[in-house]
Amino acid sequence: MKKLLSAVLALVLALCAFAVAEGSMSYADYDAAELETEVTITAYVQAHQSWWDGKVTIYAADQDGAYFLYETPCSEEDAEKLVPGTKFTATGFKGEWSGEIELIDISNFEIIDDGDSYIAEPVDVTDLLGKDELAEKMNQRVSFKGMTVEPSTIEGDETEYAFLYNWDGSGEDGNDLYFNVSKDGQTYNFTVESYLCGAGTDVYEAVKALNVGDVIDLEGFLYWYNGANPHITAVSAAE
Amino acid sequence: MNTRNEEFGTPKRLPLWGSRLAAGQTDEIGCRPSNRSLKAASSGASRHLPRWGRLWVLALLLLIIALALVGCHGSKGRAGFEVPEAFDTSRQFEITFWAKNDTNKTQTDIYKKAIADFETLYPNITVSMKLYTDYGRIYNDVITNISTNTTPNVCITYPDHIATYLTGDNVVVPLNALFDDEKYGLDGSELRFDGPSKDELIPQFLQECAFAGGTYALPYMRSTEALYINKTYVEALGYELPDVLTWDFVWEVSEAAMRKDADGVFTVNGQKVMIPFIYKSTDNMMIQMLRQLDAPYSTEAGEILILNDTTRGLLEQIAGHAKSGAFSTFKISSYPANFLNAGQCIFAVDSTAGATWMGSEAPLLDISEDALVQFETAVRIVPQFDPENPKMISQGPSVCVFNKTDPQEVLASWLFTQYLLTNDVQIAYSQTEGYVPVTSKAQDSPEYQAYLNSDAGDALHYPVKLKAAKLLLDNTGNTFTTPVFNGSASLRDAAGSLIESVTKSVRRKQTVDDAYFDKLYDDTASLYRLNQSSGRSGMTSGGDLGPLPSGSRALLIGLVCVWVMLGAYAIAEAVRKKSK
Repeated sequence: MKKLLSAVLALVLALCAFAVAEGSMSYADYDAAELETEVTITAYVQAHQSWWDGKVTIYAADQDGAYFLYETPCSEEDAEKLVPGTKFTATGFKGEWSGEIELIDISNFEIIDDGDSYIAEPVDVTDLLGKDELAEKMNQRVSFKGMTVEPSTIEGDETEYAFLYNWDGSGEDGNDLYFNVSKDGQTYNFTVESYLCGAGTDVYEAVKALNVGDVIDLEGFLYWYNGANPHITAVSAAE
Repeated sequence: MNTRNEEFGTPKRLPLWGSRLAAGQTDEIGCRPSNRSLKAASSGASRHLPRWGRLWVLALLLLIIALALVGCHGSKGRAGFEVPEAFDTSRQFEITFWAKNDTNKTQTDIYKKAIADFETLYPNITVSMKLYTDYGRIYNDVITNISTNTTPNVCITYPDHIATYLTGDNVVVPLNALFDDEKYGLDGSELRFDGPSKDELIPQFLQECAFAGGTYALPYMRSTEALYINKTYVEALGYELPDVLTWDFVWEVSEAAMRKDADGVFTVNGQKVMIPFIYKSTDNMMIQMLRQLDAPYSTEAGEILILNDTTRGLLEQIAGHAKSGAFSTFKISSYPANFLNAGQCIFAVDSTAGATWMGSEAPLLDISEDALVQFETAVRIVPQFDPENPKMISQGPSVCVFNKTDPQEVLASWLFTQYLLTNDVQIAYSQTEGYVPVTSKAQDSPEYQAYLNSDAGDALHYPVKLKAAKLLLDNTGNTFTTPVFNGSASLRDAAGSLIESVTKSVRRKQTVDDAYFDKLYDDTASLYRLNQSSGRSGMTSGGDLGPLPSGSRALLIGLVCVWVMLGAYAIAEAVRKKSK
């Protein structure tokens, strides 16, 4: 009898997990959904920004694509559970802000604790830099190989910096880092988002240690702001 | 978030954590009991004590809880500040200054220079600056630090926020006595710098900092909102730009700009994107509309009046234009400047402190060069219902001084605060954006007048920025502010959220009718705690929450089934044992 009960309990829990995921759409359906429509997704946390004021912004993915959940209502306690790979379901509206496709006004967010987990491998998009196809990888975990650090300058200052605190150098340690990298003669501006990887993290300190001319490999999430604006999470010397 | 942090056109390139922070800040001071007090309160030691002993323990526990609660309020009960007879120059003081900049290197450099210059004048005072890029973060950090007695000494903030800080006794120093102090007051005899006298503070700006029976801040910079216009497109649509635009004019031109050709391309700009009218701070939009109509918003005492029929009528009008696509907001679409400069917007309302981002020739741009469109930029006051009697909001950062146990430390803070009003700081900072200095001493100075009237046309003298600054100088008498009280920051958030909500709803093809507005008012009152007397204090405390999600239903049904089976099993076991 005990075994039977255990089996029934396990079955019920499995059915619950299925029921939670049941209302979710596939990535393809999400991708095809019109802006301003309500969507429900089931996906896996890849990273998240620091919790603040009852909200957390999440970088997420499933095996078919990636999502950006802007200001998901969440307790601080639950935010601590959002380790990479954590499965969840979320209902919100598909929106676009400065070109970034995202989930906003999230009304339901539930962690699914069914043992399922997924962490995306970075997609090498180096060859897509400067091309329209890059947008198809929006929000995904991506990598850039063999990029050269280019100088950044501050208005009224002729010094060449390898990075700036804030986009114009107005910040200080702990603020976002902005730096330029080039490939095949084209220069791109990348960001270490301080609420994702703040001071003291490996990537933050690695970028602070960069020198103009260094050739590096990078990983990050392909955030969009009037064009590609990747949030870099790892930097290493080019292989 | 979103609080008043949206006032500025910047921060740019920080789209998520600057002005885009969501609305919904509450106005309670956080009060988290310490672990120690929790442990004491949950102790079970009294179980083994005699009755009199239990009573003593109970009394002791009550005392501990009471002390913990009092402790939660940090500085409650701290003595009020009294101006010392003399500033003690034999002691070293280290004061903290929490500053806000618009993600603008020049502004941070000005702060740094001001600190360095001040420290040269007062070698026994060291100023340590912490930079923020939005007011919401400052507000939250101050609230957190009030409970731990670790507030900064000096802080750039808003009167709405100070009103909340004042819920702790003597947390913020009333400045009245300091203003008038013969030695260290405004233009005092012992000051080592040439600061303004009280008479040289612009009265309207100073008045904003007076509430709750005292003056709790000094104005630092002032701005208002401006309407930045693609004049080229307005004229292409067959309209002539008046000196003062009415709301009707803006709506009419915006709707006219929605015409498309057979391929879905907007005829006015030849692009597939056009949002003719974008408003940056929708809280200001609602507040100004109501004030222009002399409609209720709140009383000075804090009675909330915004949820009225006039507001509903305005929301219906806005919803109509949002539905056609003629209107959107910063929170929904993006920075008005980006659309304006790309030729995808005709009327962009943003702070005068965002002027350097506006127009084809703007010194600061956040879109690629190839997306930039050439057009003539006009600057006007915000749209009006009565052009003969214009009304516009006055806004901008103020500076407050936090109380400390050492009056000498407070006096050192006050000296630095005053220093921020010297001409050097005022003129330099105002030139970074379309701000205006808060003192007549700075405004009337030859240096500022030369700047204001320059036709150099370079980045420092960017014509749109100069027009924006002049717009406020010319209309200072037409500015207003909203009443300040504990809860006024939340009310401001609510004002903006009403517009954001209806705009989103029509974009999402939801029905916007009487029932919708009834629910919107109920939800807004609840979420922003506008109706405290009803006892509702949270988003989920009232109203129908709708059906449970399918997953939750399945889980509940499953749990019931399991309990039924467990019960059946227990009964079966009992029967089996009995039968043995």
